[in-house]
Amino acid sequence: MKLNCELVAKICGSFIRDELGKAGFSRVVVGLSGGIDSAVACYLSAQALGPENVWALLLPYKTSSPESLADAQKVVDQLQVKYEVIEITGMVDGYFSAQPPANMLRRGNAMARARMIVLFDKSMEHSALVLGTSNKTELLLGYGTLYGDMASAINPIGDLYKTDIFQLARFLRIPEAILQKKPTADLWEGQSDEAELGFTYAEVDELLHELIDNRVSQEKLVERGFKDSFVQKIVRKIQGSQFKRRSPVICKMSPRTVTHDFHYLRDWGL
Amino acid sequence: MKYTVALAQISPKLGTLAGNLPVHLQAIEKAIQAGADLVVFPELSLTGYLLQDLVSDIAINPYQAPILKPLLEKCRGIACIFGFVEVSSRFNYYNAAAYVADGEIKHIHRKLYLPTYGMFDEMRFFALGENLRTFHTPFGEMGLLICEDLWHPSTIFLHAQDGARAVLTISASPGRGAREEDLLQSSESWINLLKATAQFYTIYNIYVNRVGFEDGAHFPGGSMVVNPSGEIVAQGRYFEEDLVVVPLDLEEVRRARLFAPVLRDERLDLTIRELARIINKRNQS
Repeated sequence: MKLNCELVAKICGSFIRDELGKAGFSRVVVGLSGGIDSAVACYLSAQALGPENVWALLLPYKTSSPESLADAQKVVDQLQVKYEVIEITGMVDGYFSAQPPANMLRRGNAMARARMIVLFDKSMEHSALVLGTSNKTELLLGYGTLYGDMASAINPIGDLYKTDIFQLARFLRIPEAILQKKPTADLWEGQSDEAELGFTYAEVDELLHELIDNRVSQEKLVERGFKDSFVQKIVRKIQGSQFKRRSPVICKMSPRTVTHDFHYLRDWGL
Repeated sequence: MKYTVALAQISPKLGTLAGNLPVHLQAIEKAIQAGADLVVFPELSLTGYLLQDLVSDIAINPYQAPILKPLLEKCRGIACIFGFVEVSSRFNYYNAAAYVADGEIKHIHRKLYLPTYGMFDEMRFFALGENLRTFHTPFGEMGLLICEDLWHPSTIFLHAQDGARAVLTISASPGRGAREEDLLQSSESWINLLKATAQFYTIYNIYVNRVGFEDGAHFPGGSMVVNPSGEIVAQGRYFEEDLVVVPLDLEEVRRARLFAPVLRDERLDLTIRELARIINKRNQS
């Protein structure tokens, strides 16, 4: 799936300027993980707003790979955006120290949510909006933490698959080290997205593109050579994570209910 | 004879007549300075596009609305087409466009085809227009269409048969599809549609699309004039506001119809006979 990177970068840049400007802001804060998604989001916003209007936040936990921090630092150095390093270890461990032992998934969610707390707090400090860095593959598979890394004000890359992000990253000339390494949530040592998910981004993006964008039926896709079990697994993942993509369910009482029949854009009044 | 149109490719603000009115007045002034006879704004230019529940709040009766006064007053010596939400005496709400000349509204078109699929939900909020009429201008008859109307070629066919020398399509068409082509897939589609129909009906196609974003959906602009031979003679920028001033030439209409007298040869009686038969067949099945 080839992407017209020049066109996409231009639209993303206008998107950031327009949605930010309408809401009365000129700055963004963005959490830099050292990975490719947040690097691309940071490059797009630095180009759109100027580096002086981008606050990068590097938010390591004690088990985060030092390589991640070094790679995030490369982005900061190359773009000359403002930045701050804030350890989230104290926040996360402070909570869990008074709890019975929690598994890695809970700890990972807490890390993502601790970062969210810092990002939204810093957005207020800097009169900025939080830039989202979830891509379309993650959003569809639900591979993210609700109210954690999925939380943001505006997201320029949420309609781009992971394989689109790879292409855009090359076009934007983000540091080679980030381009080369395996995608990871870096919630524990040696974690790898593709190992954890059990398929490659190339495989799943091709399937998602056909299923979601082209609305090709599951039967047709199996006929065309996708493994039935793979198709079923992905469809289940999409359905099973729908709650992460929607507002909480509200029990309807009145003729007009906020999430049911109160139809106004977010841009209402901007 | 020459007649100059100005395509006002603006970025309307969502849900504010008072906010969008000055933008219109400025563009009209610029068009006057550029010597235009007609300035054309995009779909729902006075209100913004994804209005949803704002529709009823922002609707006006254009013949009585005080807020339109400065706009109508400005249209002396220049004509103007703008988009707005019209409320009728029956309290129907229409996605509408008005042609203003000599300081008064001369013609209103109510959108006939309301897209209600994918990202569009117009039929939920608007009533369907019922009529398609051309209107008189110094360039001769013209026809007005709103966005999805043109995706039903019967509309432009009727305008052409009714005598239109130019058809104006105003739109708020969101950009989609940024894969392999040079242009967005949606922009490519508009070019194909406008070129083909201009050539089919030997008319000028004048297209004005808005720019800007609404909740992350962008409108890419790319307004254009296609001559009656199907060639793009002028085009607005993509993604940015613009004012494109283009002279139309009646001679181009004459020449196109000389080389391809398809309009003359159209068989309306055949078409209507076959349409009657098809309707009859559908009613029986």
